[in-house]
Amino acid sequence: MSDLSVFREETRAWLIENCPEGVKGPGVVHSGSTKVTFEKDIQLWMERMADRGWTVPAWPKEYGGGGLTVEQTRVLFEEMNEIGARPPLINMGTRMFGPTLLEFGTEEQKQRHLTVIAKGGAAWCQGYSEPGAGSDLASLRCRAEDKGDYFLINGQKIWTSGAQYADWMFCLVRTDFDAAKHSGISFVLVPMDQEGVTVKPISLISGNSPFCETFLDDAIAEKRDLVGTMNEGWTIGKRLLQHERSGQGGLSPTAARPKPVGVTIDLEVDDVLKDYVNDSTISPALRDEVIDWKMRSAAFRLTQKRAGEQARDGKTPADTTSVFKLYGSTLAQDRQEIVVRLMGTQGLGWEGDTFSTDEIGAARSWLSSKAVTIYGGTNEVQANIIAKRVLGLPD
Amino acid sequence: MQTMYTEEQEQFREVVARFLRVKSTAGDVRQLMASSEGYDVAVWRQLCGEVGLAGTHIPEEYGGAGFGPVELGIVSEEMGRYLYCGPFFASSVMAGYALLNGATESYKSAILPDIASGAKIATLVLDNLNNPGEVGAALKATKEHVVSGIASIVVDAHIADLLIVAASTPDGLGLYLVNAGSEGLSITPQEALDPTRKLSRVSLSEVRAERIGWLTESLLNQTWDQICSVLAHEMIGGAQHLFESTLEYTKVRVQFGRPIGSFQALKHRCADLLMELEFAKAAIHHAAFCLAASEGEPYVASMAKAMASDTYMEAARAGVQLRGGIGFTWEEDTHLWYKRAKSSEVFMGSAHMHRERMMTMIERASGHDTGEQP
Repeated sequence: MSDLSVFREETRAWLIENCPEGVKGPGVVHSGSTKVTFEKDIQLWMERMADRGWTVPAWPKEYGGGGLTVEQTRVLFEEMNEIGARPPLINMGTRMFGPTLLEFGTEEQKQRHLTVIAKGGAAWCQGYSEPGAGSDLASLRCRAEDKGDYFLINGQKIWTSGAQYADWMFCLVRTDFDAAKHSGISFVLVPMDQEGVTVKPISLISGNSPFCETFLDDAIAEKRDLVGTMNEGWTIGKRLLQHERSGQGGLSPTAARPKPVGVTIDLEVDDVLKDYVNDSTISPALRDEVIDWKMRSAAFRLTQKRAGEQARDGKTPADTTSVFKLYGSTLAQDRQEIVVRLMGTQGLGWEGDTFSTDEIGAARSWLSSKAVTIYGGTNEVQANIIAKRVLGLPD
Repeated sequence: MQTMYTEEQEQFREVVARFLRVKSTAGDVRQLMASSEGYDVAVWRQLCGEVGLAGTHIPEEYGGAGFGPVELGIVSEEMGRYLYCGPFFASSVMAGYALLNGATESYKSAILPDIASGAKIATLVLDNLNNPGEVGAALKATKEHVVSGIASIVVDAHIADLLIVAASTPDGLGLYLVNAGSEGLSITPQEALDPTRKLSRVSLSEVRAERIGWLTESLLNQTWDQICSVLAHEMIGGAQHLFESTLEYTKVRVQFGRPIGSFQALKHRCADLLMELEFAKAAIHHAAFCLAASEGEPYVASMAKAMASDTYMEAARAGVQLRGGIGFTWEEDTHLWYKRAKSSEVFMGSAHMHRERMMTMIERASGHDTGEQP
């Protein structure tokens, strides 16, 4: 038996033994936040997995990871999928900041932060966008003054997802106001629990508030929490965005994600669409839209799979992540449009007993899906990146 | 089942591409499309002999190379890229697959070696090339060995030695062999929008024909799928060529003092096209991998053809539009691919037909039989 088969056998046995019932199937995933109390099974599952380093299986062991190869990581996820286990831990630390710090952090920084992330001991949020710096992120104005052994930070961040539950924020700040806009930016780590940090959730059209405004008024970041070189944070910030987009595009080979379905008619969405599609009153034009969506979705998954196989050769997400972010977010948004269209007037629910839970969920998802083609870089910005980096078109 | 090309397959592609790059230049295509035969006999012989492509997917026992849908797809993709003009698609692919699926053992042994070697050119005569569900209405076996009717569009019939005719009988769709020059057979070449693929009208009036086998509903659909997979490869090769040449053009064409590729409107159109191409390619290669392994979903070929149709046409439209005025002149080469894109878009079923066919297959597989034929 190959080493990988042995690993699979052992992993399967361990998972069966240790995965609590309460984390099987869809549901809440641990975020590492110290400000949230999780159900017993969710907490237990995170802790058991963290003990083996399997909350972040591909990270090196010295930073709390599992030290698994890409193949072993894939086997682990396959076996987790097999028993319907949810990921033990997902947050911006595991998916975006951690991989970036692995690449750019000092040994001390990795020890200090990665081990905590791996244990589920801190949730992170992203201090990037500002009211005046959206797509043009590099025009950010949030100021950090060098005060000797700390930075004094003043400014405002916006769209900070999960800031109300976060323990830390990785933050792009301007440390040189005289330099060209990409050159005076630094990447610093800011503790959220301090007097100078105020968080206000933003109400969205879907009725939810997953995003916040974060105000920094004389907030403090320690000097040892400057990642990389002063004024050279843009490179690090961009790299982190690639990790973010590859997560959104479902590309990252080592990020836990729902069961990879390949091309299959059992796409989870079929259950939602099925009853409507089989309704003989559905127009052929709408039917064509449904099948066109299914087709594009299947092709997307096939391309993901191919990219994943290429990534197994050690290639990390690069500019092609924009291709997946752009196509994937459009696909996700189109789906919500179709679902609501299929429901007709039943898709108009916000609350009330004339609408089923699915129908209300569909209407709300239709609204919240407007965010997916904006966050992580708008579709238009992604197209610019593809044109420049992949196609080599001139400025 | 393979999910990526092997190194050998990539090398094979390079061999095919090297041959076509030299033997099927845009100049060659222009010359051939203006000729009545539509192909270069010497190049075709070379392609069959030295390079050995005519029998790519035909088993060795019938004189072929014994490869499968994946290698055949590679050949077709390159042919589409270089817009190869010749009877490969009609003879090897269309007639070849119909014979492999439907002919009896003795007829396979008798006919396929000549197709694999290129000694004879065959074509498949179907009375409908839009939808497999409509085949058999216009061509009928009136008696045991007599076929009558009209096929309004047949590829390369004007140069075919053998016509493999699907005609309906009271017992189902029969497969018949008709030799060129038979009494009652009339082949009238038609001027078509896409002059790189020659079409003829074939009319049979009480023509003596040997019945060589049967195309049951499932065999007809299987043949249709295999042909569509090959055609989709040809199409994505053409789309890739259009994309690359158009992209190149936007980098060198200067207006307003800058390359037009620097304008955001064009950048976004090119980025969109890249995505359409990449995702369609994944679906098309997947179809060949599935057919080769006899695994996977039943609708992979329809999915491939539908995506190829949309993508090739979009690449063709962009190819003309982004070139501005020069793009719709006869002198510029884009229209050669533009026209091939259009003929391929509808040939063997439009994107809409294939999407509907795919949906019906999904419903059948999930137990929601609508009672309709795919």
